[in-house]
Amino acid sequence: MSAHAVAASVLDPEVPVLTIEDLGILRSVDEGDDGITVTITPTYSGCPAMDSIRDDILAAFHRVGRDDVRVDFVLAPAWTTDWMSDAGKRKLLDYGIVPPAPRGGPVALALTLRCPQCCSPDTRELSRFGSTACKSLWVCQACREPFDHFKAI
Amino acid sequence: MSARQDYVLSLADDALVSAQRMGEWIATSPQIEEDVALGNIALDLLGQARSLLTYAGSLEDPPRSEDDLAYFRDAGDFRNVHLVERERGDFGVAMARLLILSTYLCELYEHLQDSTDETLAAVAAKAVKEVDYHRDHATMWVLRLGDGTDESHQRMQAGLDAEWPFVAELFDGAYVAPALVADGVAIDPAPLRDAFDQRIETVLHQATLTVPDVAPAAGGGRTGAHTDALAPLLAELQGLAREHPGATW
Repeated sequence: MSAHAVAASVLDPEVPVLTIEDLGILRSVDEGDDGITVTITPTYSGCPAMDSIRDDILAAFHRVGRDDVRVDFVLAPAWTTDWMSDAGKRKLLDYGIVPPAPRGGPVALALTLRCPQCCSPDTRELSRFGSTACKSLWVCQACREPFDHFKAI
Repeated sequence: MSARQDYVLSLADDALVSAQRMGEWIATSPQIEEDVALGNIALDLLGQARSLLTYAGSLEDPPRSEDDLAYFRDAGDFRNVHLVERERGDFGVAMARLLILSTYLCELYEHLQDSTDETLAAVAAKAVKEVDYHRDHATMWVLRLGDGTDESHQRMQAGLDAEWPFVAELFDGAYVAPALVADGVAIDPAPLRDAFDQRIETVLHQATLTVPDVAPAAGGGRTGAHTDALAPLLAELQGLAREHPGATW
């Protein structure tokens, strides 16, 4: 198993259906003479999951017998939801979280979100801030289920 | 202390102290969604503070950690403006303060992301997206309260009147070493004031509120002269770390 594959298999602790690669926060995995350097970037400046992601990366390498691993954090370039993989977006939707739309470009801005449970477009935003920094909270007015939306930034 | 370190600490302390003050709203907001919103905004500011404090500490010899700087400096060593340390006040005060702070930070970080200092540029490029969202949130509340009931209008205006004297200190560039500005490291905040005023006036006009006509407060936060509100805030922030140095959990 390559070093990249080991790092890429680590799950995000707050959205545990996504790997850190799906989320786009795994920036690089370099293997040199002095060991492996994994570089990750936070989604938001205050993301409280970074420390546990670092520990999970170290644990994943430990399981395959590698302890010469360092995890670096970088801020630049700033993470954007455009780095989330298409596979990651599908997994999010299956998990009940509406994935972020692409930012900018010629794509028309969606005025509403479809409910991830019943697909109704009759939904509304309850709160621009949700259970974690990266999500907002919505509710479906057809099936009455609340759901999260992964905000595009 | 170098001019660069002093500048970074000013930015860091604005973020750290405002995060701590805003955190007081958690479990006391008018709605549970607002507890979550202000908690998230405070978390963004805390994250910005951590990056900036880590950087400021790395510029020292010997270096100090973010925790050393957050927990083991006294009020006179803090470089934040008075706006962010003032007592919590009511929700009108909180939204007035958030609108002022986030509008200022949007302008600041918009420019700072082009800094010749790579770390400051990186922090700013990340933070600018976050504070823009904070400004949206504050704007939504100011519109809703200003153009709401008689009481919400009156209390939103009172909040603005209370906080407005502290706007001037944000744009007083005396604390920024001219050489840092000339080298493209730091931003002189004074020229950002026009854009700030325009943005705020647009919101207040829509909200049927008026820009307060009040004299600026004395300021002094950038040189460590603080109001009586800072020491109790720091006591709460620093108490645990000082009573149990090195504690982890």
